[in-house]
Amino acid sequence: MPFSFPPSIEPFVLPALYIVILVAVFPLIAGYIVLLERKVMADIQVRLGPMRVGPHGLLQPIADAVKLLIKEDIIPAKADRMVFWLAPVISVVTALVALSLVPFSKYFFVADTNVGLLFLLSITSVGILGIILGGWSSNSHYPLLGALRSTAQLVSYEVALGFALIGGLMVAGTLSMQQMVHAQLEQQMWFIFYQPVAFVIYFIAALAETNRTPFDMPEAESEIVAGYHTEYSGFRFALYFLAEYANMVVVSSIAVTLFLGGWLRPFPNVRLLDFLNYAPILAMFVLAFFVFLGASRERRPIDKMGLAGLGAVCALIGLLFLVPAVLDWVQGLFWFVLKVFLVLYTFIWIRFTVPRYRYDQLMRIGWRWLIPLAMANVIVTAIVMILF
Amino acid sequence: MIETSPTSTFLDANELVINMGPQHPSTHGVLRVILKLDGEKILGTECVIGYLHRGVEKIAENRTYMQFAPYVDRMDYVAAVSNGLGYCEAVEKLMAIEVPPRAKYVRTVLTELNRITSHLLWLGTHALDIGAITPLFYCFREREEILKIFENYCGARLTTHAFRIGGLQYETYNGFEEQVRAVCDTFPGRLDEYEMLLTNNRIWLERTKSVGILKADEAIDFGVTGPVLRASGVKWDIRKAMPYAAYEEMDFDIPTGENGDTYDRYLVRMEEMRQSLRIARQGVDRLPAGPIIGKVPKVIKPPVGEVYHSIEAPKGELGYYIVSDGSTQPYRVRVRPPSFVNLQALDRMVRGLLIADVVAVIGTIDIVLGEVDR
Amino acid sequence: MADEQKKEEGAGAPAAPAGGHANPAAPAAPAMEPWDSEVVQSLRKSFPGVDLEAFSFRGQNLIIVPRESILPVAHFFKSELKFDFLSDLTAADYPQKEKRFEVVYQLYSFKRNERVRLKVPVGETESLESVVPVWITADWMEREVYDMFGIHFDHHPNLKRILLPDEWQGFPLRKDYGILQQDVKWVQENLHIQSGQ
Repeated sequence: MPFSFPPSIEPFVLPALYIVILVAVFPLIAGYIVLLERKVMADIQVRLGPMRVGPHGLLQPIADAVKLLIKEDIIPAKADRMVFWLAPVISVVTALVALSLVPFSKYFFVADTNVGLLFLLSITSVGILGIILGGWSSNSHYPLLGALRSTAQLVSYEVALGFALIGGLMVAGTLSMQQMVHAQLEQQMWFIFYQPVAFVIYFIAALAETNRTPFDMPEAESEIVAGYHTEYSGFRFALYFLAEYANMVVVSSIAVTLFLGGWLRPFPNVRLLDFLNYAPILAMFVLAFFVFLGASRERRPIDKMGLAGLGAVCALIGLLFLVPAVLDWVQGLFWFVLKVFLVLYTFIWIRFTVPRYRYDQLMRIGWRWLIPLAMANVIVTAIVMILF
Repeated sequence: MIETSPTSTFLDANELVINMGPQHPSTHGVLRVILKLDGEKILGTECVIGYLHRGVEKIAENRTYMQFAPYVDRMDYVAAVSNGLGYCEAVEKLMAIEVPPRAKYVRTVLTELNRITSHLLWLGTHALDIGAITPLFYCFREREEILKIFENYCGARLTTHAFRIGGLQYETYNGFEEQVRAVCDTFPGRLDEYEMLLTNNRIWLERTKSVGILKADEAIDFGVTGPVLRASGVKWDIRKAMPYAAYEEMDFDIPTGENGDTYDRYLVRMEEMRQSLRIARQGVDRLPAGPIIGKVPKVIKPPVGEVYHSIEAPKGELGYYIVSDGSTQPYRVRVRPPSFVNLQALDRMVRGLLIADVVAVIGTIDIVLGEVDR
Repeated sequence: MADEQKKEEGAGAPAAPAGGHANPAAPAAPAMEPWDSEVVQSLRKSFPGVDLEAFSFRGQNLIIVPRESILPVAHFFKSELKFDFLSDLTAADYPQKEKRFEVVYQLYSFKRNERVRLKVPVGETESLESVVPVWITADWMEREVYDMFGIHFDHHPNLKRILLPDEWQGFPLRKDYGILQQDVKWVQENLHIQSGQ
């Protein structure tokens, strides 16, 4: 390298860069996850979804963000202003900090500590504080009820979640997020096949942790209006929204890292399938093809141009991937993001298919089924590991 | 009865009084329910209604019989055809007008289609209250097909004012029969689709079974009617018990439930939609030819007297009590609204349950506030 | 057709009909026929001292019950005659009559599949016994009658206005309450507008 940083700050440069990228780009990504959710929802519900802002509503997240930012900021008269201000900040900060431990690829991660997963769990627990404080400080009935519900729900499902993860950790033998992926590479097996029960429990508990249907009690709009963020509007509401989607990404990332092989491509040890390494290139070109196809169908010239431009960008990125060094760097990221999106898609799919559990039923499932099952899973795993 | 003013110290550990509505996503309009809670458990409720009170009964006394007819559509606006049928038949009874058979058949077909749209709206919103978002859109897709029939027939989709005293104003349009048959052909498959999403869904079962139980004797005591009464096991349907329009000549079953819980009410209504399709199909198959309006005097001036006539509206017994003093205006019109009476049983049904069940039970009673408040 | 009716209707002023349903000058009115049946007979037998009149009109039967005996009669109808279902409870206002109001009960019997109407004349200053102990469903219906007519029901568990605001003055369904009339003071105080019209 022609230019290098002094050794004292050199280890911090790359992580700092990644942090900047994450903080700057993640809100946009969250916005597009929302768009994806709305599009998938529309598809399930036989309608089109957002179609107005940009071609196929592609600029909708930006319009939404602008709308939220310029909205009037309302604080209820009797609210505890300090806490009311602090609560969404806590939520969003913890969610973003959690992102720092996610191993997006072999190269792209902010930090990799030997207590990675433990740190992740503890930091997401702090995030609950944001919800409780938000509900309490609003000084209103529905937010309070929402906060009470989420306290009970999140605390009890965290136990099941933790036990499910222990099952995976016993197989992995490490808490470091990167080492988990490497362990799956060495053992030539995704841990979901060693720990299917743990994965299912984790997935259910993750739905509850992120307040997704069928466990979206803390914000059940048909019962308690909007739960803990009933009184929030504008930018503060956007922060809660961001935190919620960041949490979704974090729990999906943990699932992918621990159970679904992280940034590894499928069958990384099979030489025969090495052509899968070129999948990112192919994906970009296929994407470009479909975007061009869509552009040819658009009627308004501005939509046509917009889509064509997007297609050109996709094709250019695909060309860029032809450079081996770039491809190597992107490789892991591509598979990781693909897997995370599959998990997110499942979240969305479930949301629009099933009704909502009642609060007491949710508790019963958590304490009477998930936690004992997760504990049994840990014990059985331990016995099997000792015997073989 | 409970205290109506929520106290300021709501962090009081014993009881929480919260106000559900009139602006609340799942009170189906401007219903306000004051809930007294212990944690999330309901200790008592009080309904505050009247936010949509328009004084329909007073208006009736100041309009002619014919002028009042469109007003009844605005009470239960999701079942406007039924409302119109009840009113027209009540006036016809008062004047002893004979309605020609063709009019009776068309009335029956449209009323049954209207029952389906009303039940579809109920299903969509009820499922939405319980957290299943998707069925709502499917229901509206089907509802649209039926509303198109109304639109083709009389030009209006919601507040149809489809009937006139003595019969019909309009002859059916070309393709009426085919369109009704098309709905009868496609709809059962769609109903199966909804049932696939809900009927055996574990979460749906847990949310609706044994929730909001109303035993048969309680149901009678509370005066509830319609699907709510039938789900409690009372096999009573005015269409069978005291047939009106062309129901006497129709072949259909009355579905009943056993436990009187929310799930039974769901099943009863689902089955009722199938029965309504049967009736509608029979109606168009046997549609007689002939005049569409009976011998109606130019000015509607019933003799002195009074009648009470009730029909089986989608929500229950819809009764009209009309007193005539021999003039062109009704002396008194009383509407016996099914939603109003059924809503009264809410308190009994939700005591001891949780907040989440309140919205489920409000949904299952199937109220329309336009009719509750009139 | 509509024009003719308009003429007949006058200027939309509150109707001031002459004599309620008892107006003898009505055109070709099929008069109320006296009604006699097993129901009436058993009722007369059980309440010998009570003056009960039974009529039939267009196949619908009605019994006029004096105010004092409505509760025992209601009990009798429910337990002995099996009219276990109170379909409707309402009232009508006849200002010209000696007893101004008529409270109307629509009863139905599942067993007989039969309806009967009870009418109770009530004077303006009089009150009558609530039938909530007999049929729970009468609760809201009596409240509505109270709300609209100002008829007081004794021993009702929670007799207050139901559709109108609690503080509203006046009883809208009385005949002397015009259609444009309203509680202007309430509207101004609570809705902050000059008038609802």
